[in-house]
Amino acid sequence: MLIESTRSTSGLRLNSFNVPASRRRCLAYRRRILEISQQVTAVHVAPAFSCLEMTDVVYHGLMRSSPHPDRSPFFLDSFVMSKGHGCLSQYVILEDMGILDRRDVERYCTPEGRLGAHPDYGNPGIEASTGSLGHGLGIATGMAYADKVKRDRRVVYVILSDGELQEGSTWEALMMAANLDLSNLVALLDLNDFQGLGRTSETHPHFYPVLDKVRAFGWEAAEVCGHDAGAVFQAVSLRTGERPFFLVCKTVKGKGVSYMEHVPIWHYRSPNKEEYAWALAELREVAS
Amino acid sequence: VRNRFATTFYEAGTRDERLCVIVADISPAGSIQKFREEFPTRFVNTGVAEQIMIGMCAGVALRGLRPFAYTIATFTLFRPYEMVRDDLCYQNLPVTIVGIGGGVTYSTLGGTHHAQEDVALATALPNMAVIAPCDPAETEAATLWCAAQERGPVYLRLGKAGEPDFTSHLCTPWEFGKLRYLRSGDDVCILAYGTIMKLAAALADRFEALGDSVSLVSVHTLKPLDHDAIAEVLNRHRRVVVVEEMAPYGGLGPRVKEIAWDIRADCRLDTFGLQDEFIHNYGSQDQLHAAHGLDIRSLSKILDIG
Repeated sequence: MLIESTRSTSGLRLNSFNVPASRRRCLAYRRRILEISQQVTAVHVAPAFSCLEMTDVVYHGLMRSSPHPDRSPFFLDSFVMSKGHGCLSQYVILEDMGILDRRDVERYCTPEGRLGAHPDYGNPGIEASTGSLGHGLGIATGMAYADKVKRDRRVVYVILSDGELQEGSTWEALMMAANLDLSNLVALLDLNDFQGLGRTSETHPHFYPVLDKVRAFGWEAAEVCGHDAGAVFQAVSLRTGERPFFLVCKTVKGKGVSYMEHVPIWHYRSPNKEEYAWALAELREVAS
Repeated sequence: VRNRFATTFYEAGTRDERLCVIVADISPAGSIQKFREEFPTRFVNTGVAEQIMIGMCAGVALRGLRPFAYTIATFTLFRPYEMVRDDLCYQNLPVTIVGIGGGVTYSTLGGTHHAQEDVALATALPNMAVIAPCDPAETEAATLWCAAQERGPVYLRLGKAGEPDFTSHLCTPWEFGKLRYLRSGDDVCILAYGTIMKLAAALADRFEALGDSVSLVSVHTLKPLDHDAIAEVLNRHRRVVVVEEMAPYGGLGPRVKEIAWDIRADCRLDTFGLQDEFIHNYGSQDQLHAAHGLDIRSLSKILDIG
């Protein structure tokens, strides 16, 4: 299935998105993340799995490549992984696109390497340092504002976690981005309903509904399944482009590996050898 | 100094279109209002929201602009401290955060508006430079430097209004990272920075009246500190006195003591600053200083020049 966005937003060129290709890529990315998880003891596998399709859509569907795709800034548009602990999804995609070196990814979290468990500005393809939650949307708001003032037709994409939507600073940014009419800002929320101490819907029921809150803050907003890459692409492509756009992406933490899904311990844990084999087998079944 | 900052910033802004200012609901003093009217897109008011003020500064700096964050010192530094640390310092972005009313300038507003530990907090951050000019002329020079610099984040600690002129007659220019002699003598040296230079100058007068040859030095750059020049001060003078409007931990006094120890200085060294206490007194800035022992009588007594 090839999804064509039916109209361009803010004068951006039309784009298209190949959903089966995205599905194949995301399987390969999940396998690659599991492979990396065998080198180090503590990684954020499940948080990366929950935003993987979203990140894939940003890089392979939404971001326009620059005339010089071989050197920084690599893209015409920008991406900030505000949910810094999801950056394995970003690393494997940047590796696949040839922006990060294979050796960089293999030296993940080691003294010889330069990639850590949170993105660090200055590394290839990393546009902002994140990790502490509640920073990325503010930085992206500044980027989008500067682009608007400079009449630079860039779009700034941000992936947020639902946990960091509890940070007051995120709401300061939501308020300000709307006040500044930043129609060139697109936030994608990885709503997996899990945070450190359990299910958000149980521990913080008034966190919901998210969509209404964001709309009340002056954003255009929509909701999709965050693992349906075609739906994510289409929702972003069909935004009116009049206001900042917020896409609530309902996701499953640990998506793709049955024993990780909805199980908090996989926020940090690396699978052992047996679990690794099991996960690979599951991903192979899906592929076939 | 606040107005001199505003005038200088406005003039620099007319020459350099990268300059912009992001404020958090502070009424733009003097020429900042003019800047706002002439360059509306380069003036952003985030409202009473300091975290997004710093976050936006980082974002626009990543796009090549040169933002100044501007509000009362407690709100540019304390409230959004982690944004200052992660967004500005960790990413090493050329952003100036202006703290109006550093120290206890807002002397009737109570402890919530006193930035009495700001220098310690700002200097603790890697990549951060810390500048505290002592008068309007130094404020102008420091502002121009901040507007043109590429090295990274700066905390610019300013007073508010009515600071006397100490430096406009000097032949030696203001230079980032260098001590600046306002008077040059051989016996006693007084080191100070920011608005408390007034007290330091009065102290210098007192020593001079007793027949001492006195140096009065503006340590306007607290970080990077001019280590070698401070070592020279300690070697060259019989007595050295540090006067600062800062909490006792992490300010200039302890740094000068460290250097004195390292170089085995044999001068007498006295350091004075605010106490490790919140201030519940109200009145003028001088009266608040006096409540913490920062007045000419108390200092003279301890220094045996009363």
